[in-house]
Amino acid sequence: MAALYLVVKEHALPFVTFGRGHYTVDHIDHRYEEDFQDMAMSSERPVNLDLTTFRFPITAIASILHRVSGVILFFGSFILMALLGLSLENEAGFADALALLENGFMAFMIWGVLSALAYHFVAGAKHLLMDMGYGETLESGPVFAKVSMALAFVLIVLAGAWVW
Amino acid sequence: MVTNVLNYGRSGVADWVVQRFSALILAAYTVVMVVWLAVNGGELTFAQWQGFMGQTWMRIFTLLTVLALAGHAWIGLWTVATDYMKKGVIRVAFLGFVAITLFIYVVWAISILWGF
Repeated sequence: MAALYLVVKEHALPFVTFGRGHYTVDHIDHRYEEDFQDMAMSSERPVNLDLTTFRFPITAIASILHRVSGVILFFGSFILMALLGLSLENEAGFADALALLENGFMAFMIWGVLSALAYHFVAGAKHLLMDMGYGETLESGPVFAKVSMALAFVLIVLAGAWVW
Repeated sequence: MVTNVLNYGRSGVADWVVQRFSALILAAYTVVMVVWLAVNGGELTFAQWQGFMGQTWMRIFTLLTVLALAGHAWIGLWTVATDYMKKGVIRVAFLGFVAITLFIYVVWAISILWGF
């Protein structure tokens, strides 16, 4: 039994929550030896195989959306440049560009690009704020993520109202 | 292993700085465009639109923005590609496509801006 206790100690766990409470490595002493013996012998360690209970934290979702919207903008820039070129060509091109906005499918595509722009803009501003040291804690991070998503949502709705 | 030969600035620090400066330019242009269109977009005429975009400062600002877009998109997509495309061939092919596309965007923008 003393050997099992030594195994725990040799792995130099930074701290252990078990039995009677928290132990740091420094605190391991023979008074708690029984706890560690129990732990070493027990094979009932907590295992979670229910994948439906796994969730990305909202900060991770905010981050991946920033990437996705960036990739969309790379392709979406083609649409914006094409519209710019057409609208500046001549009077007829300008009328064609306006007519394209009346087309339901094109309006939807443009709204999609503007939505990506809105999200990427807000998430980028959040990123710059975080560079300056704001919104980096466990408490403020999710708040920043939620606020940026809410702001982007408002802008996306406004963009939709603008296009249609 | 991913080497940094395809990095924009050959170093993470240079990429970091370029990404943020280009972001500020892109954000400024977005704000100018959105505000101008919000104010004038209602019954926008061709003459009005061409007059706005034809100003020298707007031509230069637009070109600057497209150049910023090229740098910004390259750094962003390089980061995305090195994270998700593990096979070197696929990653380099994708980045080649990105580089050509961004080059076309820049040339296209110049031809649009100084072609009217």
